[in-house]
Amino acid sequence: MCLLKVEDVYKSYGDFMVLRGISFQLEKGEIKVIIGPSGTGKSTLLRCLNGLTSPDKGKIWIDGVEVTDPKTNINKIRSNIGFVFQSFNLFAHLTALDNVCIGLVKVKGMKKSEARLLAMEELRRVGLEDKAGAYPAELSGGQQQRVSIARALAMNPKLILFDEPTSALDPELIGEVLNVMIDLAKGGMTMLVVSHEIGFCRAVADEILFLDEGKIIEKGHPSVLLTNPSYKRTKEFLHKIIELYGEERD
Amino acid sequence: MTGFFDFALTYLPVLFEGTIVTLEIWAWCMLGGTILGLFLGLGRVYGNKSIYALSTGYIELFRGTPMLAQILFVYFGLPEINILLSPIVAASIALGMNTAAYQAEYFRGAIRSIEAGQVEAARALGMTQTQVISNIVLPQALRRVIPQWSNEAILLLKYSSIAFVIGVPELMARAQMIGYSTFRFFDAFLLAAFIYLMITSILAQCLHMLDKRVSVLPRAG
Repeated sequence: MCLLKVEDVYKSYGDFMVLRGISFQLEKGEIKVIIGPSGTGKSTLLRCLNGLTSPDKGKIWIDGVEVTDPKTNINKIRSNIGFVFQSFNLFAHLTALDNVCIGLVKVKGMKKSEARLLAMEELRRVGLEDKAGAYPAELSGGQQQRVSIARALAMNPKLILFDEPTSALDPELIGEVLNVMIDLAKGGMTMLVVSHEIGFCRAVADEILFLDEGKIIEKGHPSVLLTNPSYKRTKEFLHKIIELYGEERD
Repeated sequence: MTGFFDFALTYLPVLFEGTIVTLEIWAWCMLGGTILGLFLGLGRVYGNKSIYALSTGYIELFRGTPMLAQILFVYFGLPEINILLSPIVAASIALGMNTAAYQAEYFRGAIRSIEAGQVEAARALGMTQTQVISNIVLPQALRRVIPQWSNEAILLLKYSSIAFVIGVPELMARAQMIGYSTFRFFDAFLLAAFIYLMITSILAQCLHMLDKRVSVLPRAG
């Protein structure tokens, strides 16, 4: 059974229709990357998946539970889905360790001592155990994003959503975050990633979805879609991002 | 005519008694005003339509009428509906309700200043609205509100002198009494002013230290 199922999702902000009938599925252990020009609804789509935004029409299921059903306990669902934001969004008043702990303690009801052990484990996984006591303001962007990945991982999620996790980073900090994400991918994590990192797509993506004007206009394996896209829009877009980001990184 | 220092030595004990009363009123109205102000501020940000309207109405009423009118109303007006209060209690209530209105706006501003992204991140972890407010928003908002709150704390210490119109024997009332009995108003008010200045300086210093101590934003070194 698929872990995530999206069926004909529509969303408008005022008169502007952002999503115009999105459907796709994600199997357990699968990694899909969403690419597309800005303003085409990539972030809105991710936000619909964990209920930060409600779609106007359409249905979304996660692990068999309908997210879009108003009777569903959305907090329970969210605690099973990791979300990594473009701007990290760490809690500024908490140390790196407590940022990772807080969900475990407050949402999962874990004892503080247990949560700290687990959180330390996750910080080690992203290579930041020596920064456990640092506040977000004392960390670089790349380190903050790695803490935010650790925060998501600690909840033991079924799926992690990444919303342009490297777009707010200085170029020299992107690699450390991508490496953590590639390790996760190789470890079998189910991931849905909005990103324009072509190197990352090639390395781990099972499928790339090209989103334009609120619709998935093309999808396929990176080896096919990146080298030989069928649509002119896709070709133009890929040309632009390769010009901007370079063909490969890492 | 004796010198200023002899005068001060004779009457400072009386003024200190008044100072205790001033501090008492101040402590009660800051305590009550902060708690009420926090709830009003939360009501303005998170309340439904009626809670929002209620909080807003309260704030407008207490900011829009003179503090002197409020204190006279509580002490002289309420007895007509059989609510009799001692002068100190009446003063504490009136000043507390007044400062709550101002503090509510400071709390509202501080709550609103917390980045929406942090709130979303907390929601994305599965926290309920209440958990987000108590674990993410308030710990930061309460830190950020300290400078404005300090202002209000210092203002209120001085505003508490208004309690003398309903006969509370606080610092200003004592100074005036000393003035009438000695005809040395200048010296009496000078001493009172000096005491206010001492307390507000100490208070400002303490609040500044508190602000520094709880700050988690970029620290030097």
